Formats: sequence, structure tokens, C-alpha cells
Amino acid sequence: MTLSEVDLGPLWLTLRLAGVTVIVLLIIGTPLAWWLAHTRSRARTAIEAIVAMPLVLPPTVLGFYLLVLLGPHGWIGSASQAITGSALSFTFTGLVIASALYSLPFVVQPLHSAFESIGRKPLEAAWSLRASKLDTFLTIVSPMASRGYLTAIVLGFAHTLGEFGVVLMVGGNIPGRTKVLSIAIYDHVEVLEYTQAHVLSAGLLVFSFLVLLMVYSVNRRLPIHVS
Amino acid sequence: MSELTARFEVVFHSFHLQVKASVPAEGITVVFGPSGCGKTTFLRCLAGLERSPTGFLALGEHVWQDETTDIFLPLSERPVGYVFQEPRLFPHLSVRSNLLYGWKRIPESERRVSLDQVVAILGLDSLLERRATHLSGGEQQRVAIGRALLTSPRLLLMDEPLSSLDVQRKREIMTFIQRLDKEFRIPIIYVSHALHEVVQLARTLILLKGGSVAAIGPLAEVFSQVGSRRMIPDSHIGAIIDTRVAEHDLEFGLTTLNFPGGQLSVPQQHSSIGESLRVQILARDVSLVASPPAFQTSVLNVLEARVLEIGPIESGQPFVDIKLDIGCPLLATITRKSLATLQLHPGQKVHAQIKAVALTHDSLE
Repeated sequence: MTLSEVDLGPLWLTLRLAGVTVIVLLIIGTPLAWWLAHTRSRARTAIEAIVAMPLVLPPTVLGFYLLVLLGPHGWIGSASQAITGSALSFTFTGLVIASALYSLPFVVQPLHSAFESIGRKPLEAAWSLRASKLDTFLTIVSPMASRGYLTAIVLGFAHTLGEFGVVLMVGGNIPGRTKVLSIAIYDHVEVLEYTQAHVLSAGLLVFSFLVLLMVYSVNRRLPIHVS
Repeated sequence: MSELTARFEVVFHSFHLQVKASVPAEGITVVFGPSGCGKTTFLRCLAGLERSPTGFLALGEHVWQDETTDIFLPLSERPVGYVFQEPRLFPHLSVRSNLLYGWKRIPESERRVSLDQVVAILGLDSLLERRATHLSGGEQQRVAIGRALLTSPRLLLMDEPLSSLDVQRKREIMTFIQRLDKEFRIPIIYVSHALHEVVQLARTLILLKGGSVAAIGPLAEVFSQVGSRRMIPDSHIGAIIDTRVAEHDLEFGLTTLNFPGGQLSVPQQHSSIGESLRVQILARDVSLVASPPAFQTSVLNVLEARVLEIGPIESGQPFVDIKLDIGCPLLATITRKSLATLQLHPGQKVHAQIKAVALTHDSLE
């Protein structure tokens, strides 16, 4: 048995899923975390709790509800069917939606605490120097929150790599479309193909280590120590 | 001469700020009062960081806030510089980038202050390439002042910019602030709870107490009001006089100062002839004699004076304040007994013996 005989498809699919999910989460998570860090609204506590839900909920529960929602008879699934002709369950898009929800707290919380530790003071200083709110965010907040962003990206990415339950519920196990790494490993073990399982597992292990190593060394060199 | 006109009313949980003030848009206006009197809130209202629902604010003919017509400019659109209590430099930028942050954001036609000017006056030359976080507190505050100046503001707001510094740095930055007023002609609103800063810097004074204006006007007037005892500690009551150095007497080690009412002799100063010097004559250092002293006195400064006003006599208080005219206002604290003996009344001519003249630039505690 050689390496070439191991199907690497699930690996690429997983990396693609994690990458897309992180991008989606940064786009959603930034305004959400900003709102959480600065609002005085009473809804804040409730929203915070909802964002943290995926941390405590069993993935299968989350996956089950998502399956119902994204399937042909769910609100979102049926809307999607009306527009695009197909429901979202058992599709890559469905996986991205599910992963984004599942990994939401891992992106929002580091950003939230980064924004909170920056506080209002540098913002007021920037406004007094004629910077608009967007300008302030781009030139002051983002660079000062760079560590928070790094943490959010790494945690969001890594957490999506390792998900199993949610993906299985929403995406099933369709090779090339929704069969991600963790499910592929599970399948190999089920049929006692330990070599293939080893190759994929070791690959993920080494990859994760390298990513974290890179992150920590970059982190050390970042100029801003906001924490 | 244009004016800064402000009307604010802000209610927090247990705090009520109600300020109506109009001050000349020229020189340094110090907003003075104890902690919790609303100084900082007032300044934040001026900046647009707090919004008074019924507020009004105009600098000359430029209206920045008028809630009756729904005008409210956010801070980023007001030509205002703000120096906070703490420097608030941007930690990810160099000193140069911090200084130029606001400068880059104003139109070229509005740039009246250049980097070179600011670097020279604030002594920042050797710091430019350093990271903002690698500076001492005093250096950071100087950069913060420079950064605000480089936006060529029409009004500079300063919130106790010296409070976090040691005495040496305070002295240094205080001198800078006085030079700012002279060199850039930008009106400054300066919040302080330190009297020596008031005495040294202010041209106009706004006294805040419990969220409202207790006294407002030119510094010399507010400080020589007979009622000021209620707002200012006894040890600081007394007329403030702006003088010019007239001559040095090397033999006796004295310097003569000219002021609108005559001359004062003080221990020799290092200032050159013609230089302006602000002095304070504490009320407790002034004694009165009804006729010119027939006998010799060791007091150097004896000035003709006319009684303007006799302060309220409060029961249990042995002292009373007398406001005099010596060409400018002068305040004297004497005992009620002396008041009775001298039979003082407004309009009466007396002589004021001044035992000591405090030089305000030495008054840093």
C-alpha cells in the first residue's frame, strides 16, 4: 500500500471547507463582535449566550436542527430550493453554513475580547484627529486587534477541521462533495483500513502542528500586546 | 473678537451638569474645580463626545451644535484638537506616524502648522522614528500635544494633560503650553484641578462647582473678587498681575517690575528686560495703613490704594477681604478688628504694604 493509493480528496475538501468557513466567519464575526464590545443594549447578554451555544450543545443536536432547517422542507432549505432549485442539506454550501454556526464562538470571542481591551480611548483619539468611524476601524482598530484576528482565524480554522457530528448530520458522507477528513478517517477505521486512517490522521496531526507553530512564532513578533 | 459660546445640560445617574458660558476665543481659558464638578464632562461636550439633548455650541459664527435646528457635528468633523489626560498614542505606529495621523486627514489648504514647527517647539527631533510605546510619560504627552496641533485646530481642548507627570516634566510641558498660545494663536480650553496651573496659565477662568458655573471672567477679576473665598482655598486668594521686567538692581539683588499701577520690587529674576512676568500677591501678604507710614518700614513695596469694596463679614470669622484699586485690582485680607480701627469705607485712600510677591512660575508644588 503506497501513499498514492490513499484518497486525498477528503483532505482538500476539508481545507476548502475550513478556509471558506473562516472567511465567512470573519465577515459576520467582525461586526457582531464589535457590536457586543460596544453596545449598551440589553439584548447583549442574550446574543452573547446564543453565540456561545455551540460550545455547550452536542454537535449532533446542532446538526439535527440544521438538517431540518436546511432540508427541502425547512425554512432555509425550501427558500433555497425556490431560488436555486435545490435544498442545502447534503451540499457544500450547507456544510459551510453548518460549520460557520458551529465555529462561530471560536471566531467571535477572540475578536470580542480584542475589541473590548482596545476600548473607546484610541477611538476617541482617532476621531479627534479627523478619522471617520470606518477609517478608525481600518487604521487603528484592525492593527491593534491583530492578535485577536490571528487567534480567531486559527481557532476557527482548526475547529472546522476537526468537526464530525454536525457535518455527518447535515452533509452526510458523499465522496467529493461532503466527505470531509474526519469522516473519511472514521470510514477507514470502520472497515479496518488502519494504514489509510494512519496516513490521514498523521497528515492532519502534522498539518495542525505546523499551523500552530507558525501562528505562535508570528504572534511573538506582532508589535501589539493588547490582551 | 470672536467668542466661544456654550450651553449644555447633561444628566447622568446622580450628576447634573448645567453650564452656560461665553468666553473669548483667544488665549488660555482654564476650567477649574474640584474632582467631580463636571470639568471633563464639559470638555467632552465641547468635543462632541457627549451630546447634550438641548445643547448649543458655537465658535465665532461656526455653529457646531444647535439642537433646536438639529445641528450636531461629530468630533471627527469639528476643527478641534483634544489632548486627553493620558497620551493615548497609537501603539502600533511610530512617533512620526502618530504626529502625522491627523495632519494627513485635513485638506492641504487648511494646514497651518507644519511637522517641522511642532518638532522644533516640542523638542521631538530625536524621537521621530521611535515606537510610541517606547517613550516616557512626558515624551508621550508631548507627542500627543503635537499630534493635536498638527490638525491645525481652531480650538484646542486639554484635559489635565499634566496630571500623570512628575514635577520636572510638568514644568517643561507647562512652558510648552504657554508657548503654544503665543506661537500658534490657537485658543485653548484647559481643564485643571491644580491652582498653580490656573494661576500660571489662565487668561480667562471658568470656575465650576457641582456641575454649574460658580464664576467666570478674566483671571485677574475672578481672583480678586471678595466672594472668591468660597471657591478658592485661603492660601491662594489674591490678585494676579501681569508685569514686565523694567530693570535689574545688581547691587541689592532686586528686579523692578512694571505694571499698570506702578512698580514692584522683587528678588532678582533671570528674565531679561521687557519680558512679561505674571505675579500673584496673596491677600494675606497685604496689610493696610491709613496714612503713609511716617516711620520707616522694612516693606519694600508700599503702594497708594483706594478701597473699592469691603467683603462680607461672616460671624465667627476674624478676617475680612478688602478689594483695592492700585491701578489694577488688589485684594487684602485683614482682621475685623483692624477694619474697625482703620474705619475703612469704599472710596477711602490708604496705603497697601505688600510683604511678598509670588512669582507664578515658581509656584509649582
